[in-house]
Amino acid sequence: MSDQLLQLLFSGLTLGSIYSLIALALVTTFNITGVLNLALGEFAAIGALLAISLYATGMPLIAAFILSIVLVAIMGGVLERAAIYPARRASGLTLIIITIGLSISLRGLALLIWGTDTYSLPAFSKGGPFFIGGAALNPQSIWILGLAVLTLSLLYAFFELTYAGRAVKAAVINRTAARLVGINPSTVSFWAFVGSGALGAAAGIFIAPVTMTTYDMGFMLGIKGFVAAVIGGLSNVGGAVLGGLLLGVLESYSAGLISSGLKDALAIIILLAVLLLRPQGILGVLGERKI
Amino acid sequence: MDRFRCLMKIKKTFLWPAAVLLFLALPLVIDSNYLISVLIVIGLYTIIVQGLGILMGYAGQVSFGHGGFFGLGGYAVAIMTTRYGWHPVLALLAAIILPGLIAAIIGRPTLKLRELYLAMGTMGFGILIHTMFNEAGELTGGPSGIAGIPYLTIGGLTFDNDIKFFYLIWAVVLLVLFGINNLIRSRVGRALRAISESEHAAETAGIDTGKLKLKAFIFSALLAGLAGGLYAFYVTFVSPAPFGFNTSVQFVLMAVVGGLGTFLGPLLGAALVVLLGELLRWAIPLVIPGAGGEYEIIFFGLILVVLMIYRPEGLGAFGKISKSPMEKTPAASDVGLPESG
Repeated sequence: MSDQLLQLLFSGLTLGSIYSLIALALVTTFNITGVLNLALGEFAAIGALLAISLYATGMPLIAAFILSIVLVAIMGGVLERAAIYPARRASGLTLIIITIGLSISLRGLALLIWGTDTYSLPAFSKGGPFFIGGAALNPQSIWILGLAVLTLSLLYAFFELTYAGRAVKAAVINRTAARLVGINPSTVSFWAFVGSGALGAAAGIFIAPVTMTTYDMGFMLGIKGFVAAVIGGLSNVGGAVLGGLLLGVLESYSAGLISSGLKDALAIIILLAVLLLRPQGILGVLGERKI
Repeated sequence: MDRFRCLMKIKKTFLWPAAVLLFLALPLVIDSNYLISVLIVIGLYTIIVQGLGILMGYAGQVSFGHGGFFGLGGYAVAIMTTRYGWHPVLALLAAIILPGLIAAIIGRPTLKLRELYLAMGTMGFGILIHTMFNEAGELTGGPSGIAGIPYLTIGGLTFDNDIKFFYLIWAVVLLVLFGINNLIRSRVGRALRAISESEHAAETAGIDTGKLKLKAFIFSALLAGLAGGLYAFYVTFVSPAPFGFNTSVQFVLMAVVGGLGTFLGPLLGAALVVLLGELLRWAIPLVIPGAGGEYEIIFFGLILVVLMIYRPEGLGAFGKISKSPMEKTPAASDVGLPESG
């Protein structure tokens, strides 16, 4: 029994780290621009599908991986200029409807290009599972966790050590004040979308080897990233990461111990519970101002 | 000048009944089941968007969960008629009441949320309801749904073909249209509009905004349920697919396209979106060989984006009720006749 619990913890953390990455991109963009980018899940799906298609052309896996991230980052930037920038003075609700529109169109576009088939990317390395305390841990899980930790560390270094990173952080903490000290919100917004394109694509590619990759996988992925962000309080980067891990583990236990059909509903139930009972987030203390 | 006003008045009084009569004569002229079925679908969506329009345009609250209420209505009819053998009229009543009840339960806490939190909360409920249709296999038939729903019979009249349904649906649309027209001009309507202008100001003026928003939410759920019930009787089959998040987005799209807070906005929005969908379904395979009609969703997304950027107030420029009671010139209201709308 404890073996199984450990096993479920591993798979929960693996999945959760993906949610963390998406939640992180959501929270960063939201606090900089006031836009809750509901198309983020679509960025992940298109990132994964692009990497799979590029790999299928005979490109090495690592090249397909990087090229796909770059392409989706560019897509993120283009979408920001085309759809978010012109409406930057609109209400939050108008902006959220815009990102919903974008996500629908991107999903349709993915359907047009890749059809309804299921794709899969080979695991990043070969070899059988490792055994830790009786639980099997497959190499891809280690890759996912490792890459997620690496990405988070890089982001942390970016936010803390570079000038641009600190400008973004300032914009996250207080948009108006950041503007007063000369940080251009429109530029930061643009780069936030480029960055969330890259992050989303990376998240999608990381899990491509362990899930079935379809044109519509982004919808649930985006919602779960959002749930993770809401658990963390929507204005708290650290909370978003923890929220993602928590959601992943909860999902894994509920699917493993109760019923797998419950998995997707659980995220929604958590979302509603947090929204209705504790809108400042379970982990956050800062998020009250926007409710 | 007075004579001109008088002429306008006559024109206004006769224009609408004439337009309605002309419209109702359509099935006699149109000899195409396809066109009639398109008109029925427009009517069904209009009923939902009318309710959503009250919620969004007047109470100022968005809902991304009305696909779920629409589905609850459809499933209420399907389950009550096929599993419990209820009379269709009773089942249709259940289809109205059930979503209303659910809305009353979830509405109070949900409507405390604002803007995007409200959007996400309603979206959550919509997805949860949709998941339930898929997962509660014994009750809902799972992904394959429930077939064999009987036709609607009201006092010996069986609605078993498209033309009969056309008249049924559009009679409901007109009823709702006139009901809402009266509602908006009443005390409740003015209070609702006050909320959409400024909730704080409305509260200061002594309006119980929470209660009114809840009423608008329940009202819109009732209408979505009614449309869902009628839909189930029309297609005699329900499955989870048409009641998902995309449907909810489409309803919001219709409400926004038609113009929020306008008299004919819901009708205009539903008609434009449905007709555009049909057009795309026909045109896309011509432009992209081998492409199926499902790609229309790309264009819906793009239209939503472009519209929200450039015309967030929608396309319904005429028939704007929200201003008319205030803008009435003294001469017109001195006549003392009830407004014909």
